[in-house]
Amino acid sequence: MTTTPVKFYQVGSFAVGNRLLTEEERSGQSNPDRANALTSGHRACQGCGEALGARYALDAAMRAANDQIIAVNATGCLEVFSTPYPESSWRIAWLHSLFGNAPAVATGVAAALKAQGRTDIRVVGQGGDGATVDIGFGALSGMFERNDDVLYICYDNEAYMNTGVQRSGATPPAARTATTQAVGEEPGNTFGQGKFLPRIAMAHEIPYVATATIADLRDLEAKVTRAMEFRGARYLHVLVPCPLGWGSASCDTIKIARLATQSGLFPVFEAVNGEVVASTKIRHKVDVEEYLKLQSRYAHLFSPTRREDVISHLRRMADKNIARYELMGE
Amino acid sequence: MEKPYAITLNVGSSLANHTGTWRVEHPEYVHRMPPCNNACPAGENIQNWLYIAEDGSYEAAWRELIKENPFPAIMGRVCYHPCQVACNRAELDEAVGINSVERFLGDHAIEKGWKIDPPDHETGFSVLVIGAGPAGLSAAYHLRRMGHTVVVRDATHAPGGMMRYGIPQYRLPRNILDAEVNRIKEMGVKFEFDTRVDDVHDALNEGFNAVFLAIGAQLSKRAYIPASESARILDAIKVLHDVEDGNQPLLGRKVVVYGGGNTAMDVARSAKRLGAEEAIIVYRRTRDKAPANDMEIEEALEEGILMKWLSTVKHAEGGSLQIEKMELDESGFPQPTGEIEYLEADSLILALGQEVDFSLLGNSADIDTKDGVMPVDHTMMTTHPGIFAGGDMIPADRTVTTSIGHGKKAARNIDAWLRMTTYEKESDKPVVAFEDLNTWYYTDAPHAVRERLEASRRVQDFSEVVKGLDESTALYEARRCMSCGNCFECDNCFGVCPDNAIIKLGPGKGFEINMDYCKGCGICVSECPASAITMISEV
Amino acid sequence: MLRQVEGSKAIADVVAACKPQVICAYPISPQTHIVEGLSQLVKNGTLTGCEFINVESEFSAMSVAIGSSATGARTYTATASQGLLYMVEAVYNASGLGLPIVMTVANRAIGAPINIWNDHSDSMSQRDSGWIQLYAENNQEATDLHIQAFRIAEEMSLPVMVCMDGFILTHAYEQVDIPEEPEVSKFLKPFVPRQVLDPAEPVSIGAMVGPETFLEVKYLAHQRMIDSLETIQEVGVEFESQFGRDSGGLLKSYKCDGAETIIIALGSIIGTLKDLVDEMQVQGHSIGLVGLTSFRPFPFDQLRQAVTGAKRVVVLEKALSTGVGGIVTADVRTSLRGTQIKDFTLIAGLGGRSITMKSLKEYVLRAMNDSVAELTFLDLDVNIVESELAKERALR
Ligand SMILES: Cc1cc2nc3c(=O)[nH]c(=O)nc-3n(C[C@H](O)[C@H](O)[C@H](O)COP(=O)(O)OP(=O)(O)OC[C@H]3O[C@@H](n4cnc5c(N)ncnc54)[C@H](O)[C@@H]3O)c2cc1C
Ligand SMILES: Cc1ncc(C[n+]2csc(CCOP(=O)(O)OP(=O)(O)O)c2C)c(N)n1
Ligand code: SF4
Ligand code: SF4
Ligand SMILES: [Mg+2]
Repeated sequence: MTTTPVKFYQVGSFAVGNRLLTEEERSGQSNPDRANALTSGHRACQGCGEALGARYALDAAMRAANDQIIAVNATGCLEVFSTPYPESSWRIAWLHSLFGNAPAVATGVAAALKAQGRTDIRVVGQGGDGATVDIGFGALSGMFERNDDVLYICYDNEAYMNTGVQRSGATPPAARTATTQAVGEEPGNTFGQGKFLPRIAMAHEIPYVATATIADLRDLEAKVTRAMEFRGARYLHVLVPCPLGWGSASCDTIKIARLATQSGLFPVFEAVNGEVVASTKIRHKVDVEEYLKLQSRYAHLFSPTRREDVISHLRRMADKNIARYELMGE
Repeated sequence: MEKPYAITLNVGSSLANHTGTWRVEHPEYVHRMPPCNNACPAGENIQNWLYIAEDGSYEAAWRELIKENPFPAIMGRVCYHPCQVACNRAELDEAVGINSVERFLGDHAIEKGWKIDPPDHETGFSVLVIGAGPAGLSAAYHLRRMGHTVVVRDATHAPGGMMRYGIPQYRLPRNILDAEVNRIKEMGVKFEFDTRVDDVHDALNEGFNAVFLAIGAQLSKRAYIPASESARILDAIKVLHDVEDGNQPLLGRKVVVYGGGNTAMDVARSAKRLGAEEAIIVYRRTRDKAPANDMEIEEALEEGILMKWLSTVKHAEGGSLQIEKMELDESGFPQPTGEIEYLEADSLILALGQEVDFSLLGNSADIDTKDGVMPVDHTMMTTHPGIFAGGDMIPADRTVTTSIGHGKKAARNIDAWLRMTTYEKESDKPVVAFEDLNTWYYTDAPHAVRERLEASRRVQDFSEVVKGLDESTALYEARRCMSCGNCFECDNCFGVCPDNAIIKLGPGKGFEINMDYCKGCGICVSECPASAITMISEV
Repeated sequence: MLRQVEGSKAIADVVAACKPQVICAYPISPQTHIVEGLSQLVKNGTLTGCEFINVESEFSAMSVAIGSSATGARTYTATASQGLLYMVEAVYNASGLGLPIVMTVANRAIGAPINIWNDHSDSMSQRDSGWIQLYAENNQEATDLHIQAFRIAEEMSLPVMVCMDGFILTHAYEQVDIPEEPEVSKFLKPFVPRQVLDPAEPVSIGAMVGPETFLEVKYLAHQRMIDSLETIQEVGVEFESQFGRDSGGLLKSYKCDGAETIIIALGSIIGTLKDLVDEMQVQGHSIGLVGLTSFRPFPFDQLRQAVTGAKRVVVLEKALSTGVGGIVTADVRTSLRGTQIKDFTLIAGLGGRSITMKSLKEYVLRAMNDSVAELTFLDLDVNIVESELAKERALR
């Protein structure tokens, strides 16, 4: 008689938990006693991907480090919505200094811990894409180059959200922001050369670089866990859709992140010592259009006239990612 | 430590900020109707018993199942499983093998000897069930569970109706049938066999408080076929009945079966097993128009049964049949072509459908019939107060499962009628469409196929053709269920809430929304794989 | 033990004796020799338990210091001029967060035009940054002030800048008594941070504060700065009793008794001015000198007392508030409010311009008759500026 092996996570294996799994096999977020490093009462918008990403990442880091975590936060939405006096949503030791210095402050924390002989405590630096790819870029690069013992997490919502959705170096081409308005011949952000920080991080040959999204929690948790196995500078770039800035429904936040990966626009991979070692394959390939049309920041690509030229340009970008990171296939 | 004023804050202090006030709508956990449940003629809570089975709690799953249908082992063999046709998973890869899991649970229960507890109280009411087919047995079972005294009378000498005298053993082994019927006996239902009821009114006079009529459709339909004396013409139901009773019918070496339904297939396949060298099915329409289940046609073909589609029997003689070819007209109806051929045949078995034998209504006209069947109202009651009816004798699909559903529905209404109340069915819940699900979260898991006996081995005897699933495969199959419309505790909502506003209550208890913090973003609703949460507007 | 060393080396050694746990720095003249010295001391194992971080900018230097100090580590950095300006955002942040970082500013001019030589423009630009600023007269004082700086910083939870004149002090070889680590440790006491990042007792540091509360936060910072006037004095007294040198405190009066004219100055120029006072007193002039050690907090009361009885003060400034004049003068004027004492400002030594005794004396003699302008630029080449101004104005 043929016997079909049971996968214990058959139902909902991409879901957060699954009652059929053993405790160890479940995701950290399914644990009712999870850390909730970022707890309720924060003032993020409804459906904020950044709030979600931060809790996912820090809870995982807490798990990996036996709760011995100190986090350093750059200025930005995450900082503002979590710590307006008199209330803090953090449940961890946390420091906010400035917009452009989080990597260096984190270095300072790590240096202090090393000097104090408390290297059991692990340091996480975190900031938005603006803090990371733009204003804090020099500090980040310095931190990488010195290989300071910091896990830096960028929550990429592709613009300066906290100040009202202005363009950042991570804003994708054609996207409308408050400083790249959907007017003129080439509406939205220009097609530049791109500034994909994970690759820049890899160029520093730091021990670990990875990308993730809030659409794949298990992957995100696995990457944080993996990152915590290394000492030295590590970089995690998490795509966190922003309903406010992207002009999407608050309930679609995760869906949009998922479509970003499934269209190929956002490659999910990991790199060790500067070399890509694995990429997360696309499970259900979708056209970039499915991703674009849920976001009003791209509305000008569809009306008043359809900008096939721009859409196919974006499609080519997705295809390039698919080829470069081998996102299709087994 | 002394904290500098305002610059340094206590951790977790934001809990004082109740962001729930931002909300204009909120999520609510719901139970929607899974399409499988909706399609099950016996009204099983399929999704629920699959859910229970998924963690290996087979007995609990079985007990949940038999709340609606006492015959999972039989169902797992003879049900045409409309649930699987409706199953949403079909749109993802293939439907969940509900039927095979059901059979596994049924067989497992038989193996383990699980029993049904007798009712904990007696109501004092007594009900007569006429006919021990699936409709009657189902009604008896449910009525007994409710504490009524139940007597089942049947004209034959064993229970099952067409499950025994129609469906051949290679599809439904009798030990299985007996085992499941026995449990009903053990609950205290009284059976009276070889007791044909000649007038239903007598029964009422005997003092029964209500009667459930479930006599099926026992009379074979006859078509007028000119035939010579020497022609050997049999009727399918009779043949099958004889086989069951051990009266080997004389069929000869070449058998022609006339008809395109399941009975035709069964009788042709039985003929092969009885030693016929050739069994040919003659049907006046095409294969896709044949009412027989496609799987049955397929299995018949595998076993070497020949099919003559678009053909009618014009004349029957000893040893040979005159066959006329048909062709379909524009509207798809078969029309004679005048083209004739001859077919060698030692016997011709007619399988042209069955009719209800209403002789037991007696002469009184107080119970209506119409178009050869007996109409009933929404409570399954006939036009005679206290007499209810179901199964093949009322206008509905003629299947075992439909009959079981009738029996259940009748039982609930009889119970209410006896207590002079009305049975309130749970209001219809919206059926979950595939589009309502977020199927991203389900892993690819192809359907596990039940093994079949090799065709050459099958025709040697009446051994069961379709095998059951082993435990691990049944578990695998159960776990393919997507739990349409009902929470299966995947923790997605708990995980995806950016505001940690979902409280996990623990295994089996599900989740609760913490309205103090829920901002109403709706991510939990979008990301619920099973569509078990909905948004409720607050404005 | 007295040693003939370069000022920077003395600072490196004394900072090492203070046992900082994290040192971070980015090179800029004239601070370089200090951090080079420290990097060597860490690398060669003299200074143990210390992380030396070579950062990629001054902004990161101060940022690393912020992180490290907030984690409870004694933290040191040094900079000058452009470097100080490059880190300004973090400078304010460090004081705002109340982090007891000690930073040496090797005072140097600010460009453009780029100029590596000494004046006080850099540290003066940070007048309102919320840092304590102590100015050293000579390398011995600079050395001693660093020890006191750590003590004051950690007691007040405030960052302290020790300002020493670039090149004039940093690169000068002088006899300096550099206290050894055990004595210094005795004086400093272990660092117990007021607040610290610790997973065992987590807090959220660096909240966003709105209009309803910001004023109070600022007022508290203001008051803490005022309170530190006392701390600076006490620490100075304690230092003197342990090390036998009066090298701290808020200010120092030099021969002010009965003086009609008192010069007020900061930094190394005090040495020259002492000679001038000596010489002029011998010649019968009624002149004295006040050297300000603490510019932030500003010792208003102590200064008023120090100049009581004088007719006028002359404030010698090595920085310029462009379009206004003296920076220190503004505070001096505040402390003399209600007295009859006149004030004059002498801007001198900008961008390393030498301040000669001759010019100083000429100016002071005239000032003593009130026959100088309120604002004077010492040795200004009038011909050049007038012809240039004429050209500029003509073009406008
Ligand atoms: C050959 C064949 C194969 C089939 N295969 C399938 C299948 O695979 N799956 C499926 O779902 N359906 C199948 N069916 C249809 C299914 O068997 C019937 O729809 C179902 O059995 C009807 O149930 P019932 O209780 O209404 O009647 P029956 O099963 O016909 O039972 C009626 C009972 O009433 C008794 N009875 C009748 N009159 C009297 C009387 N006056 N007094 C006392 N007793 C009386 C009869 O003896 C009989 O036992 C098949 C039918 C046939 C004929
Ligand atoms: C030096 C400095 N420049 C500008 C700002 C204003 N500012 C605060 S947050 C922010 C944008 C943050 O964008 P990002 O880092 O992407 O984070 P997000 O808010 O999008 O999560 C800006 C421009 C600042 N605080 N400091
Ligand atoms: S603006 Fe965007 S990133 Fe900022 S809180 Fe709102 S949703 Fe989150
Ligand atoms: S997936 Fe499960 S619940 Fe949904 S229709 Fe199929 S069997 Fe029923
Ligand atoms: Mg951003």
